[in-house]
Amino acid sequence: MTEPLTVQPGTASDPTTIVQLLDAEGHRHHHPEYGPFAADLDADALRAMYRDMVLTRAFDTQATSLQRQGELGLWAPCLGQEGAQIGSAHALAPRDFVFPSYREHGVALVRGVDLRDLLPLFRGTRHGGWDPRAHNFHLYSIVIGSHTLHAVGYAMGVQRDGDVGTGDPERDRAVVAYFGDGATSQGDVSEALVFAASANAPVVFFVQNNHWAISVPTTVQSRVPLAQRGPGFGVPSVRVDGNDPIACYAVTRAALERARSGAGPSFVEAVTYRMGAHTTSDDPTRYRDRAEEDLWRAKDPIARLKAHLLAESLADEAFLAGVDEEADELAAAVRDHCRTLEAGPPEQLFDHVYTAPHPLVAEERAQMTEFEAGFADEEGAR
Amino acid sequence: MTATALARAINAGLRAAMERDDKVILMGEDIGPLGGVFRVTDGLHKDFGPDRVVDTPLAESGIVGTAIGLAMAGYRPVCEIQFDGFIFPAFDQITTQLAKLTYRSLGDLQMPVVIRVPFGGGIGAIEHHSESPEALFAHTPGLRIVAPATAADGFTMIQQAIASPDPVLFLEPKSRYWDKADVDLQAEVDLSETGVTTGLHAARVVRPGSHATVVGYGPTVKTLLAAAEVAAGEGTELEVIDLRSVSPIDFDAITASVQRTGRLVVAHEAPTFFGPGAEIAARVTERCFYHLEAPVLRVGGYHTPYPTAKHEESYLPNLDRVLDAVDRVLAY
Ligand SMILES: Cc1ncc(C[n+]2csc(CCOP(=O)(O)OP(=O)(O)O)c2C)c(N)n1
Repeated sequence: MTEPLTVQPGTASDPTTIVQLLDAEGHRHHHPEYGPFAADLDADALRAMYRDMVLTRAFDTQATSLQRQGELGLWAPCLGQEGAQIGSAHALAPRDFVFPSYREHGVALVRGVDLRDLLPLFRGTRHGGWDPRAHNFHLYSIVIGSHTLHAVGYAMGVQRDGDVGTGDPERDRAVVAYFGDGATSQGDVSEALVFAASANAPVVFFVQNNHWAISVPTTVQSRVPLAQRGPGFGVPSVRVDGNDPIACYAVTRAALERARSGAGPSFVEAVTYRMGAHTTSDDPTRYRDRAEEDLWRAKDPIARLKAHLLAESLADEAFLAGVDEEADELAAAVRDHCRTLEAGPPEQLFDHVYTAPHPLVAEERAQMTEFEAGFADEEGAR
Repeated sequence: MTATALARAINAGLRAAMERDDKVILMGEDIGPLGGVFRVTDGLHKDFGPDRVVDTPLAESGIVGTAIGLAMAGYRPVCEIQFDGFIFPAFDQITTQLAKLTYRSLGDLQMPVVIRVPFGGGIGAIEHHSESPEALFAHTPGLRIVAPATAADGFTMIQQAIASPDPVLFLEPKSRYWDKADVDLQAEVDLSETGVTTGLHAARVVRPGSHATVVGYGPTVKTLLAAAEVAAGEGTELEVIDLRSVSPIDFDAITASVQRTGRLVVAHEAPTFFGPGAEIAARVTERCFYHLEAPVLRVGGYHTPYPTAKHEESYLPNLDRVLDAVDRVLAY
């Protein structure tokens, strides 16, 4: 006998309101439900968030210019989304597992991925670049929404392993899927919500609503705030100011604790904005106006946290200068590293198609080797 | 005649079809104000409005599934799937529904749906943006699959595909989008020509030759013509056939050629294993067994996922690989 599904009322905030703990001017606000989840953010933690946002932006800006210089085939900038990414990622525990889409460079940083390892995918020398298990951070997924199902499946595994609801912080763990507003239209995402609710899986759906899916505004994907999707599936939902890293931390932490405790999935809609192009092949001037971008520029998550740190004397100019210096060093290291990334010999394309030997792959590899050797002979004969 | 890029020629063909029949509607991701990521629908949203050029939600199964319903309601939907690698969320709708409704309804229902897909590699893209999934669809009865190789064919074939009473997968060789050729954009297109020996599915000899036949479609046609040029310099005359259609295939055209040349090389970007070349080799062997002087050879993608951009040159059926296969069939 399976238990009928129940929606737990009262665990979610009203998804038509937006949780904000730090406003655009950098003032802290009290929130009865989520305020307590940010209470542990002391000066050190806030400075760490600030640092990670600045490093992410420096990295992202450097990667964008590397693409412009022809060093990368493509880049998907996360400019403007640092608050949602760093805030939510700081709420993760090392044992939690993340399924990113392709723009989560800030989350990668927090998960300890060497940011330089994000480059091969965009330079065209590898399809991945890091070991997902070493960081509990899966490879980027390009097919929109596909990974949300993987996240739910992984969470079902965690659940079967008994790693939820034990009360042991060393044992309980949760899974987060990051995706965009456009992705919410995909069948896979609906199915992920169905499975998560059905299994009561320890998973957090973290939507960065950056207002655009390439040229298509969120209104084409949904007539209601995206956070209203969750409750229809039996998944409690919350809407948060995505440019407020403190609120993103608080709501994600609440959702993760819920998941780890065995209470089931949650859906977070972080309302933010993609300040740059969708990718470096996109031209946003064709579909949106400058005034809209300016409106969001005024809500910049980094400027906001910086104003707060200074106003509350949580950081001084020396700290800020130190972070800027670190960011410059990171950018330089990224630039230098990118230029060293080469593709291996052509036969490499046959590596890892299968784990066990496969005669067709072996035959084709041999054919290629012979073919390439033929050219070498010709060169030699000249 | 105007020198026109393939992408612009398809755009002109779409425009002509929309002007001719107000039941033709375009639907897809980013095809509206942006004009599609390859700008194939550029300007059409402005001129025909958002009801005829529909920016859909980001959901391929939804795009094709609703196109089926629209077709039942008397419309002629032309869907754009943004990239080859993103057609798979719609695979179910295409193969289990779209392809079979005419059959299941004993002909009562027609499915005049066109699915446009930029396909193939060679543009230095990241994962899922360079694939050639035609064999997966060619294996499904009920679908027609075509691929223009030139701007003139882009203009003509898109109009014939839209006029087709059957569903058509319209594969656009993205690496050739910017190649220009002379096209008569005022020409009246014969929309009745959906047959195999005339019109939409007819192969075309694009360069006559006598020593061996080389066959391809879409992006490989240009490579085959380049190979024929090089071979000619060495005294070998290759007959180049642009197949234009992957389902059905104009076997009469291939057979006629192979009966004269006795040798055949088939090239495509799709993986060779269980690929279109395997089908062509088998049928040509049946039809031309006594004319063949050498086994039919295939040049195509390997049995690997489409590789990273830096390795795609080795993966694709490039000039050297085609010439190598030609040398091998001539060596028999
Ligand atoms: C299944 C699928 N369809 C289409 C695409 C092409 N595509 C890449 S990103 C994108 C828009 C995604 O928008 P959203 O989900 O809001 O995420 P964002 O890029 O804004 O972070 C599209 C249509 C894709 N990658 N996968």
